[in-house]
Amino acid sequence: MNIFVLMKRTFDTEERISISGGKIADDGAEFIINPYDEYAIEEAIQLRDAHSGEVTVVSVGSEEAEKQLRTALAMGADKAVLINIEDDVEESDQFTTARILGEFLKDKEADLIIAGNVAIDGGSGQVGPRVAEQLDIPYVTTITSIEVEGQKVTIVRDVEGDSETIETSLPLLVTAQQGLNDPRYPSLPGIMKAKKKPLEELELDDLDLEEDDVEPKTKTIDIYLPPKKEAGRVLEGEIDAQVKELVNLLHKEAKVI
Amino acid sequence: MSKKILVLAEAREGALRNVSFEAIAAGKKLSNGGEIVSVLIGEGISSLSQELVEYGADKVVTVEHDKLKQYSSDGYAQALLAAIEAESPDGIVFGHTALGKDLSPRIASKLGSGLISDVTSIEESGGKLVFIRPIYSGKAFEKKVVNGGLVFVTIRPNNIDPLPKEEGRSAEVTSLNVDITDLRTIIKDVVRKATDGVDLSEAKVIVAGGRGVKSESGFEPLKELADLLGGAVGASRGACDAEYCDYSLQIGQTGKVVTPDLYIACGISGAIQHMAGMSNSKVIVAINKDPEANIFKVADYGIVGDLFDVVPLLIEEFKKIKVS
Repeated sequence: MNIFVLMKRTFDTEERISISGGKIADDGAEFIINPYDEYAIEEAIQLRDAHSGEVTVVSVGSEEAEKQLRTALAMGADKAVLINIEDDVEESDQFTTARILGEFLKDKEADLIIAGNVAIDGGSGQVGPRVAEQLDIPYVTTITSIEVEGQKVTIVRDVEGDSETIETSLPLLVTAQQGLNDPRYPSLPGIMKAKKKPLEELELDDLDLEEDDVEPKTKTIDIYLPPKKEAGRVLEGEIDAQVKELVNLLHKEAKVI
Repeated sequence: MSKKILVLAEAREGALRNVSFEAIAAGKKLSNGGEIVSVLIGEGISSLSQELVEYGADKVVTVEHDKLKQYSSDGYAQALLAAIEAESPDGIVFGHTALGKDLSPRIASKLGSGLISDVTSIEESGGKLVFIRPIYSGKAFEKKVVNGGLVFVTIRPNNIDPLPKEEGRSAEVTSLNVDITDLRTIIKDVVRKATDGVDLSEAKVIVAGGRGVKSESGFEPLKELADLLGGAVGASRGACDAEYCDYSLQIGQTGKVVTPDLYIACGISGAIQHMAGMSNSKVIVAINKDPEANIFKVADYGIVGDLFDVVPLLIEEFKKIKVS
């Protein structure tokens, strides 16, 4: 099976967030593989091991994403591709990223494309379905299990807590939800091997794209932190008195009940 | 200039979801006095049209087909693209629900348009619409604008108030015949795990349990409290990892992001990943044995105590209010 994984390098949102110059300050911050993309990489490796074939991990971003691509290779992916847009693209949005990925993938004859269902930084969850639409292949989002038998694919997806079982066929794009698998940590031999695996770097030119073709459709004009929440009230006294007070406060002061 | 806005209505188990009305209200903000066209897709759903009108739709377009009984990206895309072609809207609003998240990027890609997802409020600044959305798991917000062309947004449930309902309001309701062909993904089975139809992302009240709940049966009093308040039960990752409950209930950075009016955290210590999923709730109540627990830092009201003492007492007290 020819499997592609769409991967994003993201800011670790467990980190403290601060703003400087209208942007999230990223100096000294930890960067990781987007957690949902880790599920995608793991699933791709497992499917390849079961069905043979090849796993290629693709990322759109800057040179800095090489580190996360190497990690994916160390986990067990076979090849990595970095589409470096740092010099060509000043501003981008999901349209930009999906357009580039769609262009890259259109002649790759992918049987299966796996992405995370959302990136924890931007959080829009658009790129997967956008890419599928461009390639004119079916897609299934937020999957928690996938079985492939020849061309036939059986999937379980999470729909706001409910589980849907879906039948479809290759070629296909799916997006990973938590619960799909437990991503492995790269092993030491894996890390050694990853150094020798191919990591190809492409630019817009290589995809016959002009900057105008990928011009974003939306623009971020400001980024700010939410107002700091004031420390609340910890009630005192006997438990039943506290409970009475709490219910009263919710009813009369907060007016939520 | 007034604009025509198309909004997608969403039904679940024969009833319209609230987000359908919230989307109409969002559409009003985009329309600058123009027309709101609500699109209702499914099978045997036309009776729901009147409610959309009462919540502010100026026109309802229904697309009915037996292949639209259940949601599929292929079926809904065909129906919706036909409606978009018939109406030529200047803007589109979906709910940021499972359906909206699945379908909106595809429609945007097909139309070659931008899409601003998961909007929590809409402002006007210098004649331009500004969309505010949480990023970095709610730890920051961004303001976005559209660089011309179609305005397409999805709105997070529970954040934009619906317009007041106007009983008896009337508007044009038309049905659009669309030939639905070629569904490439087929739903074979649906297992309902979510609690009693109150969906976590739309719930006004959430009672959530953490490791402090100690067992699967420990969730019983939480469920009773949630049912009493017409809410849903949620959980921290700790409770899911310990197999006290299903992962479908997980709230947090991985898991669901919720913004109910009232969030009652029971036996949840308040790990940063959990806070990312609930800290924007309007009112937060924390119940925890450990007075040093992090959750008290974001809570509006806190009770230091054993949840198994506090929750049953809360149920009793709330019952009194419900009666009075």
